[in-house]
Amino acid sequence: MHFDLSIPAQLTGALTPDLILMGGAMVLLLIAVWGKETEAHARLVGLLSIGLCVIVGATVVWMATYRHGATATPGIIAVDNFRWATDLIVLLATIIAIVMAIDYSRTEQLIIPEAYVLVLLASSGMMLLAGARDLVMVFLGIELMSIAVYVLAGLDRRNARAAEAALKYFLLGAFSTAFLVYGIALVYGGAGSTNIGVIGSRVSGATFESNPMLLVGIALLVVGFGFKVAAVPFHMWTPDVYEGAPTPVTAYMAVAVKAAAFAAFLRVWEEAFAGAAPAWHGALWWLAVLTMVVGNVVALAQKNVKRMLAYSSIAHAGYILVAVVVNNALGTSAFIFYLVSYTLATMGAFAVVMAVGEPGERRQELRDFAGLWRVRPWLAAAMAVFMLALLGFPIAGGMGFFAKWYVIQAALGASSPQTHLAVVLVLASVVSAGYYLAVVMVMFMRPRAEDAPAPRRVGLGTGLVIGLATVALLVFGIFPTGFVRLASHGTPVIPPRVRPAVTTAARPAPPPGVGGATIR
Amino acid sequence: MHDFLSSIHYNGWVLPALLAIPLVGALVLLAMASSARDDGTLEGAPAARWVALITFLVELVVSIGLWWSFDPGTAGWQARVTHWWIPAWGAQFDVGIDGISLFMVLLTTFLMPLAVLGSWTSVRQKVRSYYALMLILTTGMLGVFMALDLLLFYVMWEVMLVPMYFIIGIWGGERRIYASVKFFVYTMLGSLLMLVGILYLWLHSVDPFAGPGQQLSFSYDHIMQHAMVGSHAALWLFGAFFLAFAVKVPMFPFHTWLPDAHVEAPTAGSVVLAGIMLKMGTYGFLRFAMPLFPTAALTPWVRTTILALSVIGIIYGALVAMVQPDFKKLVAYSSVSHLGFVMLGIFALTLQSVQGALMVMINHGISTGALFLLIGMIYERRHTRMLDAYGGIARVVPMFAVLLTLVSLSSIGLPGTNGFIGEFLVLIGSFKTQPWFAFFAATGVIFAAAYLLWAIQRILFNRLDKPENEHISDLNRRELAIMAVLAAMIVWIGIYPAPILERMEPSARNFVTTVRDGAAPRAPRLGMEVR
Repeated sequence: MHFDLSIPAQLTGALTPDLILMGGAMVLLLIAVWGKETEAHARLVGLLSIGLCVIVGATVVWMATYRHGATATPGIIAVDNFRWATDLIVLLATIIAIVMAIDYSRTEQLIIPEAYVLVLLASSGMMLLAGARDLVMVFLGIELMSIAVYVLAGLDRRNARAAEAALKYFLLGAFSTAFLVYGIALVYGGAGSTNIGVIGSRVSGATFESNPMLLVGIALLVVGFGFKVAAVPFHMWTPDVYEGAPTPVTAYMAVAVKAAAFAAFLRVWEEAFAGAAPAWHGALWWLAVLTMVVGNVVALAQKNVKRMLAYSSIAHAGYILVAVVVNNALGTSAFIFYLVSYTLATMGAFAVVMAVGEPGERRQELRDFAGLWRVRPWLAAAMAVFMLALLGFPIAGGMGFFAKWYVIQAALGASSPQTHLAVVLVLASVVSAGYYLAVVMVMFMRPRAEDAPAPRRVGLGTGLVIGLATVALLVFGIFPTGFVRLASHGTPVIPPRVRPAVTTAARPAPPPGVGGATIR
Repeated sequence: MHDFLSSIHYNGWVLPALLAIPLVGALVLLAMASSARDDGTLEGAPAARWVALITFLVELVVSIGLWWSFDPGTAGWQARVTHWWIPAWGAQFDVGIDGISLFMVLLTTFLMPLAVLGSWTSVRQKVRSYYALMLILTTGMLGVFMALDLLLFYVMWEVMLVPMYFIIGIWGGERRIYASVKFFVYTMLGSLLMLVGILYLWLHSVDPFAGPGQQLSFSYDHIMQHAMVGSHAALWLFGAFFLAFAVKVPMFPFHTWLPDAHVEAPTAGSVVLAGIMLKMGTYGFLRFAMPLFPTAALTPWVRTTILALSVIGIIYGALVAMVQPDFKKLVAYSSVSHLGFVMLGIFALTLQSVQGALMVMINHGISTGALFLLIGMIYERRHTRMLDAYGGIARVVPMFAVLLTLVSLSSIGLPGTNGFIGEFLVLIGSFKTQPWFAFFAATGVIFAAAYLLWAIQRILFNRLDKPENEHISDLNRRELAIMAVLAAMIVWIGIYPAPILERMEPSARNFVTTVRDGAAPRAPRLGMEVR
């Protein structure tokens, strides 16, 4: 069954999961403000939010299974597996973040039921981003997502660092959105449309000497997206914001925000600007290299685990950028696979940081992890798995290895092989061993400080998150076949180019539709 | 024996079973978590170490059948088992052995129970985890020697890194953290570049007759047959594989992790490192780096450089060993020297030199393993490894003295011990193609005699001038049992190596011809452009 997106009712149908999430969030907002601000009430709202996410997830799966694609009109929303896969990853991250937040609000005595609604609203923005096929939709999704996350970052008003984080994030975020909007405006000026399908057909073959406006527009979009995904040199806000924000929010930002922004980045680049590859290839290439190198090298110097994970997330943005540079179906499959592994490992690592730390965001230094193995062996073992997964180590790091493997494979298998990028990726990974192993080393090989208090009991939800993430990483690290198959289907379906009336640009060959290990 | 083995379809399940048995043992150990105490006393230890020992003995018994089931008449894969692993990428669970890996597998299953017995009382904290890691490590090492799929090989190659990292880092000596991190980062740097190389090979192994849309494969045979890489790319790929394996061997400029890791590791860790893990590097050259890229490996400057580095390793290792005050460090540097012989034998590329290299690999595992065990035994009694701390203890501990002398003589390569066979074969084999390198390498044998005999003299003979050495107890029955087994192997291989040489000959011959023919300029294959 196909959607004809030019018919309003069908367009609404294509947006079903997003609308369920938004509508549900509104209802939950009413529930949240209706009751007293007690812990029980907050937990109820949290659990209802998780329920809503599960329902939306089921809808997404249903849509992915039974409603295939859209008819070939330049619609504003994509109906393809790439959107569904990104939706599911975002929902997974949302559920984990809410589970962590329920435990967090108990230990920190931070009872704000509306916070869960804000998370849901941010997630609905992300789901829009995942499917946006129009630059205005991209903007809408980014704003919906960002404004909710600005508030979330400053949720803990008692904490000065959280306030700093929120303000910094808001000011810089607003600044970067301006770049994005200006970029969209210039691209519209250069290509005559905001629909990325239409832009795609007009961009290809266009020369930039004749159309500098488009070139500047693309450059500004790189800046805007670069900020949202925290690519070097647009990453300056990340460490402070990630360190200051409440840990569940940090985890949410590091995973969901990044995933959604990358999804839009990837789709815009693959569909709209693929024809202009010579223009942006060099810029993105350097962006990827710088992000990998700087993220990893600076992470080496970090003493605070939360801050280290912030730099680690920058480094991973660099690895994912490699998939964007590759800019083909194999790259998108690699991106989906990478995100799943990254989500599980990063979410798990932040959950461990939360479990080890003390209320008030204290005891998150590397030295506070010393000898964790002696007092909480399973927690330490799980953290070791997360660290090795982020490092990209086989078996012990589970899926993380195949994630990196997939990206390298995409880089080498591209029509113009990015061998140098693969080598930089590999060398950057060796550097990252320095700080990921430092955590493992401290946990297992250093004695526990004499005066260190025993860690608190791990909350039920957090414990469940840590355990399930570890098991999932390990199991899919040995048997990745199912995920590989899913990921190879999770590529954007680019409808055949519509021949626009105003331009005579040559029609490019449609990019290969399926990834995987076949010779094309 | 043969009939019995084939009646139970031994070849159909032995290799997967060898990989699975240690994992089962490790799971049993982890499941003992709640029942056994594990708090730094020896109370939780007996059960844990018995589980480990029994697992390793079962492993040994299961593997020993390979000796008889192995058909020495062929160079092909034997006991092969193949299953799909990740069909989308053409990766298989594909294990099998030939005359090269047979002995590596047997060496591993032979040394592991001895290593466990050797650290029977020396590991006192977190005993359960220690043995669980040893078991996982064994699976990784065996996997490396058996894998016939490049992805499986890579995964196994990396897998054994983590347990070793923990074994050194948790149970090691004073500078254990530094040593473990250095070990990990060195090895990883080499192996990740190899990963890129493997992927590159995988993408460039296309069967010209299968047409478009064909399945790519990581299978060793497939890649051997179809890999099409230009000579320039082959050089870079060889470099990536070379780095991974040279770090592991270790070859001369890449060896600095070895003394640290060996010295800081607990006794069993040193035995595994020296006895088995170093061989993974030379095995990598024999199995992958040379057969896959014969032209690159035999490019004159590449070959000369590697041969020169091998000989420098032989002499340098021996000279540095001579001045070490620490016995464990001395043995560690002697490994650099011995592995230089292996590399010389491999790159000299004659049948005798390659067989000799394989023999040195086996003998080094036995002799150096035995040396590390003896050092561990005396260290447990005196808590020092410094040579000057001893002197004249032959009168106090006669059994120890006899065994240390025997093992040292085998390490030197005295005729009649195992060490002689290997080094002699390497030298006469490489003399045919590389006389000068063989000449300089031969001096290494003399140096080896110098540093080991001198060390023995300072420990065992001289004057018994330190009062604390007067009451060292001699080896107990457990230790004697371990050493008796090793001594028997030393003498047996020294006197009657024929059954071993016979089993490895077809594979060694196959290796030499594959590399030589591969490097020889040849006519383009049908329908294919040779870049």
